[in-house]
Amino acid sequence: MHRLLFQALVNSPLTEQLDSDHAGELAGLASRLNEATRSRLGRSLSIRELDAGSCNGCELEINALSNAFYDLERFGLRFVASPRHADVLLITGPVTRNMQEALRKTYEAMPRPNWVVAVGDCAVDGGCFAGSYAVAGGAAQVIPVDLVVPGCPPSPASILRSLALLMTSPK
Amino acid sequence: MAGSATQADEKAAGLTSWPRLVVGPDAWQAAIEGLAEGRFTLSGLWGDEDMVHMALLLEQEGLRIITLPCPEGHFPSVGLKHAPAIRLERTIHDLFGLVPQAAFDGRPWLDHGHWGLRYPLGMRRAAIPEPYPFLSAEGEGVHQIAVGPVHAGIIEPGHFRFHANGETVVRLEARLGYAHKGTEALMRGADLDRAARLAGRVSGDSTVAYAIAFARAAETALGAQIPDRAHWLRALMAEMERLANHLGDVGAICNDASFSLMHAHCSILRELVLRASNVCFGHRLMRDCVSPGGVTRDLDPAHVPILRTLLAEIRKRFPELVSMYDNTASLQDRTVTSGIVKPELVQRFGAGGYVGRASGRDFDARRDLPYPPYDRLSFKVPVLREGDVNARVWIRIHEVEQSLALIDQILDWLPQGPVCIPVEPQAGESPALVEGFRGDILVWLRLDETGRVARCHLRDPSWFQWPLLEAAIEGNIVADFPLCNKSFNCSYSGCDL
Repeated sequence: MHRLLFQALVNSPLTEQLDSDHAGELAGLASRLNEATRSRLGRSLSIRELDAGSCNGCELEINALSNAFYDLERFGLRFVASPRHADVLLITGPVTRNMQEALRKTYEAMPRPNWVVAVGDCAVDGGCFAGSYAVAGGAAQVIPVDLVVPGCPPSPASILRSLALLMTSPK
Repeated sequence: MAGSATQADEKAAGLTSWPRLVVGPDAWQAAIEGLAEGRFTLSGLWGDEDMVHMALLLEQEGLRIITLPCPEGHFPSVGLKHAPAIRLERTIHDLFGLVPQAAFDGRPWLDHGHWGLRYPLGMRRAAIPEPYPFLSAEGEGVHQIAVGPVHAGIIEPGHFRFHANGETVVRLEARLGYAHKGTEALMRGADLDRAARLAGRVSGDSTVAYAIAFARAAETALGAQIPDRAHWLRALMAEMERLANHLGDVGAICNDASFSLMHAHCSILRELVLRASNVCFGHRLMRDCVSPGGVTRDLDPAHVPILRTLLAEIRKRFPELVSMYDNTASLQDRTVTSGIVKPELVQRFGAGGYVGRASGRDFDARRDLPYPPYDRLSFKVPVLREGDVNARVWIRIHEVEQSLALIDQILDWLPQGPVCIPVEPQAGESPALVEGFRGDILVWLRLDETGRVARCHLRDPSWFQWPLLEAAIEGNIVADFPLCNKSFNCSYSGCDL
C-alpha cells in the first residue's frame, strides 16, 4: 500500500478535461454548472438515479462517472441515496409496468424545483422494448421529463455534457 | 456411423448440436428423480406452446434437452423434488399459464399484477392483482426489514425481505421481476437481427456473452459455418468483457467493506479496458458487435498495440492491488468467513461462475463444453472450496489473470480472413451454452420456416445463484448483506427478462 500511496504523490492525476475532442466544449463546464446551480439552488446539485427496468448497461456508465477519469463531484454534482435529498432524477430503462409505481413514488418524494433526465434509448421512448405488454415505453409516459440523453448506453462523457446543458438552459 | 460422421463434421465447423427428445410423463418423472438424486444438473426449464422443455447437464455427454407435451395445460412439478426449479416453474406459469402440478410454491414470480393481462406468451387472460405473501419466520424478537425495489445505490431494482433477530438475519427472501421487459414475447416473430439486438440487451454487463450465445444457437440451427477469425474475435471480446466486469467487481466488493481505495484503483483499470474496447470495436461495452454469421467489427491490426499496452498496464498495477487486498486486515476481517455457501448446495443448484467455483464446483463451459476457439487455447479454471466472500474475490482475481493470458494468446494466433458471412434464414432449432463472466448462459432458439424466431429462451446464470444468496446470508449480520450481495453480483435484468 505504501508504494501505491507514494505513486499517488509522484504521478500526475488521471482526471481529464474529458475527451480531447470535446475539450473546448467542456472547458467551462465546471464554472457554468457551479454558477447555474448556485443561482438556482444556492448549492451544488444532488442526483438520485433510478433504474426503471434497464438492462444495467446505463448503470455501468453512470457508475463510471464517479471514477478518477470523469470525477463527477468536481462539477458539484453528486449522487444521493434518497429522492428527498435530490434535485435531479436520472431515469434509466423503458419503465417496466412493475416499476411504474416505484418511479412515480420516487418522483413525488423529491422536493421542488426538480429536474428529470431520461438516460439511454430505453428511457427516452422504450428503445427496443417499446410495444411490450410489460413496459410503459419511456419515462415521459409516467412523469414529466426535462431532458433526454440518447445512447445505448450513452457514454459517461455524453451524460456529463447533458447534465451541464440541463443546468444552463432555462426551465 | 452416419451419426458420428455428422457430429465430427459439426465439431470441425465449430457447431455443437445437442439432441432434444420428446418424452412422456414417465421419462419426465425419471429425469426429476435423477435431478433429485444429483445424477445430473438442471441447466434450464422453460415453457413453450403447450409443452415444457428441460435442459439437463450430464457429466460425460454434455447437454440433453427433453420436452414434455402438456395438452391439458399442466406438467409434473420439478421443483417439488428439486428446489432449483421452483422459480423457473413459477415463471413458466406466469408467462404461459402452464401449471406445475403439486408445486411447492404456487405464488407468481415475474407477474406482479401490473401487466393488464396474464399469461402473455400463452392464452392471454385478464389480470387479477393479488397480494404477495412473503415467506415468514417466527420467534421472539424477530422483525422484518423491507428493502427495495428502489435501492440507495446505483443498482438494479429488486426487493429483499429480511427477517432479522437483532442484527442477525434469520431469513432473506428476494422478490424479483421488477425489470421484466417481456423480452421473450418481443423475441417471438422477430427476425435474426432484431432478436440478436434483444439478446444483447438481456443483461448489459454480459452483452457480448449473450450475443455470442444467441449467435451460436442461430448458427447451429441454420448449419452456418462462420469464419475462423470471427470465432477468435468473439473470444477476444468475451475476455475483455470478463476482464472489465471482474476488475469492477473486485473494487466494488471492497467498497462495500468500506475500503474505497481498492474501488478507486480497480475503477481506473476497468475504465482502461472499456476505453480500449471502444477504440478496437467502436463501443465501450462492445454492444451489437457480435451477430449471427460472425462479428460486425473487425480488429484493425493498428489497434493490437493498444491491447498489448492495456495488458501490460493491468499486469503492472493489478498485482499491487491484489497484495493490498491480501494484506489489509480490516478488509480480510470483513470478507473471510462471511456469506458462506456450502459446496453441496452449489452442486445441487448447479451454480456456475465464481459463485460455483468458489464453493468447489469445477465447471466452466469454455473448458467442459468447449466452443471455438477455446478448444485451441490454454487456460486454467480456478476452483476454491471455502465458499465465502473472500473465495469469490479470489476466483475473480485468478480469472483476471487467466483472461489476460487468453487475450495474449488470441492476439498471438488471431487468424486472418473474413469476419462475417451472410446467414440464410430457414427453419431450425438449437441450444447454445456460453460462459459469461457470471457463469454459463443457456440460449435455446427455434426458428420458423421464414427464419424468424418462433421461440427463444435465454437463461441467465443468476437463476441458480440468487437462491444461494439467501442461504449465504443466513446467520450473518444485516450489515454484511451488501457485501455478500456484491460478491454474488447476480443479474436482476438477466433473470427478469
